[in-house]
Amino acid sequence: MDKEKRRQQRINRRYRGETIFRACSMMAIVVAAAFLIFFLVDIIRTGYTAFQQTEINVDVVYNQDTVDFPQTAVPDELSDLVSRGFLRLIPNQVEADPELMGTTQNMWILAEAEVDQYIKGKPNKLDEEEIAVVEKLRAEGKIKKFFNKGFFTNGDSKLPEMAGLKSAVIGTLYVLMLTMMFSIPVGVMTAIYLEEFASDNWLTRIIEVNINNLAAIPSIIFGLLGLAIFINIFGVPRSSALAGGLTLSLMTLPVIIISTRASLRSVPDTIRQGAQGVGASPWQVVWHHILPLSLPGIMTGSIIGLAHAMGETAPLLIVGMLAYIPSAPTSITEAATVLPAQIYTWSSDSLRAYTERTALGIIVLLSILLMLNAVAVVLRNKYERKW
Amino acid sequence: MENKFKMKSEALNFYYGDFHALRDINLTFPEKKVTALIGPSGCGKSTYLRCFNRMNDLIKGIKVVGGIYLDNQEIHDHKLDVVELRRRVGMVFQKPNPFPKTIYENIAYAPRIHGLVSKGSEMDDLVEGSLKKAGLWEEVKDRLKSQATALSGGQQQRLCIARALAMEPEVLLMDEPASALDPIATQKIEELIYELKERLTVIIVTHNMQQAARVSDYTAFFYMGELIEVGDTSTIFTNPSVKKTEDYITGRFG
Repeated sequence: MDKEKRRQQRINRRYRGETIFRACSMMAIVVAAAFLIFFLVDIIRTGYTAFQQTEINVDVVYNQDTVDFPQTAVPDELSDLVSRGFLRLIPNQVEADPELMGTTQNMWILAEAEVDQYIKGKPNKLDEEEIAVVEKLRAEGKIKKFFNKGFFTNGDSKLPEMAGLKSAVIGTLYVLMLTMMFSIPVGVMTAIYLEEFASDNWLTRIIEVNINNLAAIPSIIFGLLGLAIFINIFGVPRSSALAGGLTLSLMTLPVIIISTRASLRSVPDTIRQGAQGVGASPWQVVWHHILPLSLPGIMTGSIIGLAHAMGETAPLLIVGMLAYIPSAPTSITEAATVLPAQIYTWSSDSLRAYTERTALGIIVLLSILLMLNAVAVVLRNKYERKW
Repeated sequence: MENKFKMKSEALNFYYGDFHALRDINLTFPEKKVTALIGPSGCGKSTYLRCFNRMNDLIKGIKVVGGIYLDNQEIHDHKLDVVELRRRVGMVFQKPNPFPKTIYENIAYAPRIHGLVSKGSEMDDLVEGSLKKAGLWEEVKDRLKSQATALSGGQQQRLCIARALAMEPEVLLMDEPASALDPIATQKIEELIYELKERLTVIIVTHNMQQAARVSDYTAFFYMGELIEVGDTSTIFTNPSVKKTEDYITGRFG
């Protein structure tokens, strides 16, 4: 009887232990998910307002006076409420279209950032007089929020209402393209050699260990390496997409090598033997059989490596890509910046109007990364082969 | 063995690192005959088979001492290209291993890389001929462009045989070609082997005594890396001269 009781106690203890363990793991998930949700909600809440930008309906006067003193082109009480970025372009507009001279155009023009913040109900520095003017405009329907096209078509700007992501997006494209061009061929070839041809000796073993270590090196070290090699020795222009792309290639290489080797290894030996058995040379075996079969895996690994490179900032700071770039670069040797660096620049600006732009930049970056990862997942699911 | 030999090994020793896998094997393979290699697992018969088209070269840390001849040429000779050797000495593996491509591509691959025929109708004829020789043509002629991996196991193995035949080899090495197949598929393979010997020399490794007895002209018994006995299949199975051979064949060990 006593024995039976002890047995029952043991069973109860086991059940209790399991319940506690399960509760703990569920708690862990809840905590992790809560952080993620909090982060996403906060970013979206802060950032969604930047999808719209306030514009004011004004009569703009074009004549010699307003070309000389653009401030006078709009009614006096509005001259501080519209974007200076618009006003200072008046001479250029007239130059581009001389017909404008001597006319008065009614148009929607960008409001100054503080007005925009006021309209969006965010903290702002407008004084009472200005608020009265804005409210009057609002009552007349002459102030409205429009889709913020400029955010996607402008480069960076010192005026928050003009600042956009375009130059950072183009810089990112350049950098990623270069990273892809350097790291994929080199990485895939290295992996093929190590996996299919290299004999197993101390040299190849040292190389292997080092590749694995390379994947774990803090990314800022790669920045220093890029600075020392590409900029100081090879004379690649500082801040250029070329310098950034090369540096990120160094960082992406180990990821690509490791994932390529894994997918080469997943092709069964029977395929190699079959090909060799019909007299294919080692190179033909790889080129005709192994590589096509491991391509989906290689692509998945490369995309994940590139997505990783895309979100990387630290090494790019060191090669000078944390820069103020108002107009998009047109070549790989021009100074450029990338999305995460742009986000960093805005986040450290003291003007409050940059806050929502920072958040929207984060949303854009996250969406692109999410898309890249989705492509990788789709590729893997579609072409994954069971042997 | 009165016939002209097609392949032979002379004092062949084989090492995997320190392990001495084959000891002093002297054996000749008569032309257009089927020779079966039998013996318990790990006796070295598959290793021996793979010496004839140098498939062991792919394994790291091996050493081959002694000679292997194809006709009168040493196959390790620098003058003989290993790719050419593998074209002349085809191989069929234990597990069917068609390439994950179309049926047509599987057959056309080897002739293409060896430049045996040009593309187009010449290749079509070769594919058809090879599939007919392997007894697969009637089953697949309407779906040459479908995936080879969709075929049944037995069909896949005959496809692999057709793939080897497309190179017009002089010797065909078969490493337990029917061990992964059901009895009906096995029977088809055996009938095929019987037909094949009109054209080429076959060396087959098998675990199945009845199969060796049915398909081969000569049988060699291996044990622990040594060649114990070789002779006419009928003699080996009815009247072996070594006690160990008899024990193995009658199922007392192995």
